Amino acid sequence: MLPTPDLSHLTQKDYEHVYEPAEDTFILLDALEKDAGVLQELKPRLCLEVGSGSGCVSAFLGKILGKADALYLCTDINLHATQSTLKTGEQNDVPLNPVLASLTRPLTARLHHAVDILIFNPPYVPTTTIEAVGAQAGRDIQGSWAGGNDGMQVTNELLESVESLLSPQGLFYLVAVKQNNIPKISHHMLERYGLISEVVLQRRAGREHLHILKFMHLWHDSHLLRVV
Amino acid sequence: MVRLITHNLLACHAKGCTTNNFPLAFRDVQLENREAEYNPEFLKGFMPKIEWNALVSTARELGDVSLPAECPEPGTETDEFLHALHHVLMEIHVEEGSMVCPNCQHVYRISNGIPNMLLAEHEIK
Ligand SMILES: C[S@@+](CC[C@H](N)C(=O)[O-])C[C@H]1O[C@@H](n2cnc3c(N)ncnc32)[C@H](O)[C@@H]1O
Ligand SMILES: [Zn+2]
Repeated sequence: MLPTPDLSHLTQKDYEHVYEPAEDTFILLDALEKDAGVLQELKPRLCLEVGSGSGCVSAFLGKILGKADALYLCTDINLHATQSTLKTGEQNDVPLNPVLASLTRPLTARLHHAVDILIFNPPYVPTTTIEAVGAQAGRDIQGSWAGGNDGMQVTNELLESVESLLSPQGLFYLVAVKQNNIPKISHHMLERYGLISEVVLQRRAGREHLHILKFMHLWHDSHLLRVV
Repeated sequence: MVRLITHNLLACHAKGCTTNNFPLAFRDVQLENREAEYNPEFLKGFMPKIEWNALVSTARELGDVSLPAECPEPGTETDEFLHALHHVLMEIHVEEGSMVCPNCQHVYRISNGIPNMLLAEHEIK
């Protein structure tokens, strides 16, 4: 068992603006730990976490892969979150590279089929469209959870770039809840982009039924191994 | 922490700005050198993702002329070359300053080591 990254430098005051790691964060850590062997074998060189918040997930990934073995890029629309991510990297001796940006926008042009590990724990809670639009514009704590229609408003935009970002052996980990309509997401990604998916872990936490989905190109080794 | 490895992956994404929008030009930068762990395997694995001409010209603008104009063929990298590449990509930090789009002149600020790549809603593609 790898320890959860040290977040003792973050205070309740930080968590007024930055998402405090919760059950969704922890199931994502558990999924990465479960896949640790596969991840290490892949020798990823470029990891990108969208919406890194506290930076807890990327710091954990850095512990799995090694701090000097990959580049850890992180984006968030919330300035406080990017600052926390930077500090969490320092605290845990994993160089994290936060970029204040929405989704992968300034990176998409250069990262064509270049991302080896892509991760997103999105704002997935179903809300009104207005609430989600307001939260995106506000770039504060509300942006951590307000997901609009089906909780998919923010995630849907990223889904349209995933295939173009992933390297041939790349893996994409996504946190989703039941209301996000997981069969629909999987079907869309396969039909539209030829990306297959599987549920790595699922768990009930309070009212949420959390899932960790993993997407990859059809020809991916770990997929071939499974069907043989 | 804007290192040249990150800078090499950022392009302008303002509305209508799709050509000549890379590399962003550094302006008024404060640099800091910080030692990083050297890993030649990582560097070799990462090289295909680098836009070589952009890296060399940016390093030169920041006063580092250690990189050759031509990227060595895979498998022919010398130790000396890999150490120079390591320093340029991983150890030069831009803490403050800005990055300007060569095409539309949009200015992206860097403050406390974090690049602000956000655009206002009307500036988005
Ligand atoms: C559920 S929190 C997850 C935080 C952290 N990754 C974790 O697992 O604890 C969602 C994060 O996504 C960020 N976010 C929301 N919309 C975003 C967008 N359009 N682009 C980038 N990040 C976004 C939020 O600011 C927040 O930090
Ligand atoms: Zn531009």
